[in-house]
Amino acid sequence: MRNTEVAVINYGIGNLLSVRRGLECCGARVSVTSEPEQILLADRVVLPGVGAFADGMEGLKTSGLDKVVHELVKKGTPLLGICLGMQMLMDESEEFGLSKGLGLIPGRVIPVPVLTSEGNPLKVPHIGWNELVFPEGHYQWGNSLMEGIKPGDAVYFVHSYMALPDNPAHRIADCIYGGNFLAATITRDNVTGCQFHPEKSGEIGLKILSRFLND
Amino acid sequence: MKNIRLIARLDIKGANLIKGVHFEGLRVVGDPQEYAKKYYFQGADELLYIDAVASLYGRSKLAQIVRNTAEDVFVPMTVGGGIRTVEDVHDLLQSGADKVAINTAAVRRPELISEVAKRFGSQCIVLSIEAKQQGPDHWEVYTDCGREKGGLDVSEWARRGVELGAGEILLTSIDKEGTRKGFDLSLTRTVTDVVKIPVIASGGMGNPQDVVNVVHKADADAVAMAYSLHYDRFTIGEIRAAAHEAKIKVRAFEKY
Repeated sequence: MRNTEVAVINYGIGNLLSVRRGLECCGARVSVTSEPEQILLADRVVLPGVGAFADGMEGLKTSGLDKVVHELVKKGTPLLGICLGMQMLMDESEEFGLSKGLGLIPGRVIPVPVLTSEGNPLKVPHIGWNELVFPEGHYQWGNSLMEGIKPGDAVYFVHSYMALPDNPAHRIADCIYGGNFLAATITRDNVTGCQFHPEKSGEIGLKILSRFLND
Repeated sequence: MKNIRLIARLDIKGANLIKGVHFEGLRVVGDPQEYAKKYYFQGADELLYIDAVASLYGRSKLAQIVRNTAEDVFVPMTVGGGIRTVEDVHDLLQSGADKVAINTAAVRRPELISEVAKRFGSQCIVLSIEAKQQGPDHWEVYTDCGREKGGLDVSEWARRGVELGAGEILLTSIDKEGTRKGFDLSLTRTVTDVVKIPVIASGGMGNPQDVVNVVHKADADAVAMAYSLHYDRFTIGEIRAAAHEAKIKVRAFEKY
């Protein structure tokens, strides 16, 4: 669908230029906005974010945007959370003490393991290109944000915390870091989140953004 | 093991992409944005922009170049040259950069590394070290794009940079830079031996075998390439294939 209207929620955190350009490149009309009305009228909404979980939630709450997000999800607008934006979809995060999230996908946000699956030290944050794989129990990506992506396709990650959905069915793509499986894409109904940055993941990332627009 | 990153390095002067030898005799290559786009489509894992004269003259057109590049390049970008303050870093990140590389200002005021790391995270700060050999196993840090002596020993400075919060080191050999005679393996090894953070080897890449050598013999985590790419001696695809052939793990890349 060309000219899909996308609202990128601006709550005063991070660089939104690349997200905007990525979506525009896929044919969307993008507004980077903190206006509730504009966000609620959009065909699709993106919740971006970098930085600390508590700061992000605080940014949303002070402007009442947390309620706006709940409202748009309730009326069925597709929502995509990116990086911290994905983590904020969860119930709560363990980053710097416990902080409450948006609670749109049951589960919590926990630190990326500092040990490999074999018990050796592992560098955190997890930064760089990493390959997408099927999580346990998943064998295909049809009919999801990952449609058209192949296991082994690489995307760009920068994070120290990760989402852990209670329901394994909400976890549709993982990556493997130090032998540990980390959630890369999570979804529940019209809510989706990517731990990686599609806007920095080359043509694969654009394909994922495109799929979000055309869903 | 993590993927070895193939980075296209674009040295900038004013609005132009340039290339020199040992950072001297700079020649204009062309429009940086066009080259950036070309390398993006060839499958560069990252782009690295360095303003070659910014620290000399202060102001820089870099933010605008980065902003223009972010229009149609969707891989991470590291940007350096003339960065002096946390505010400068903020401006570049807002323009679409993902990381910043700092050399001169960090040598003059090492706390800058900590200030940037604290505000934006260590993953955001690349300590750029320009090294010139002074004797057997001894390299000195240079600033201002190879023009001034920094008065520091390279491996000491690398270690200190990590303590201060640098997330990565961009290590450029002034002796090899622009020569296409291969990376400085002993310099790279000297630094990868003393730090645990990723080291990007830069300067001297002449053919794909040089990439294989600096990874196998000096443990580089990433390689920066300029001359060979700018003058179409090799494409990133050819370098990726050669690395893969030599059993080096690189990002799977195919054109969609």
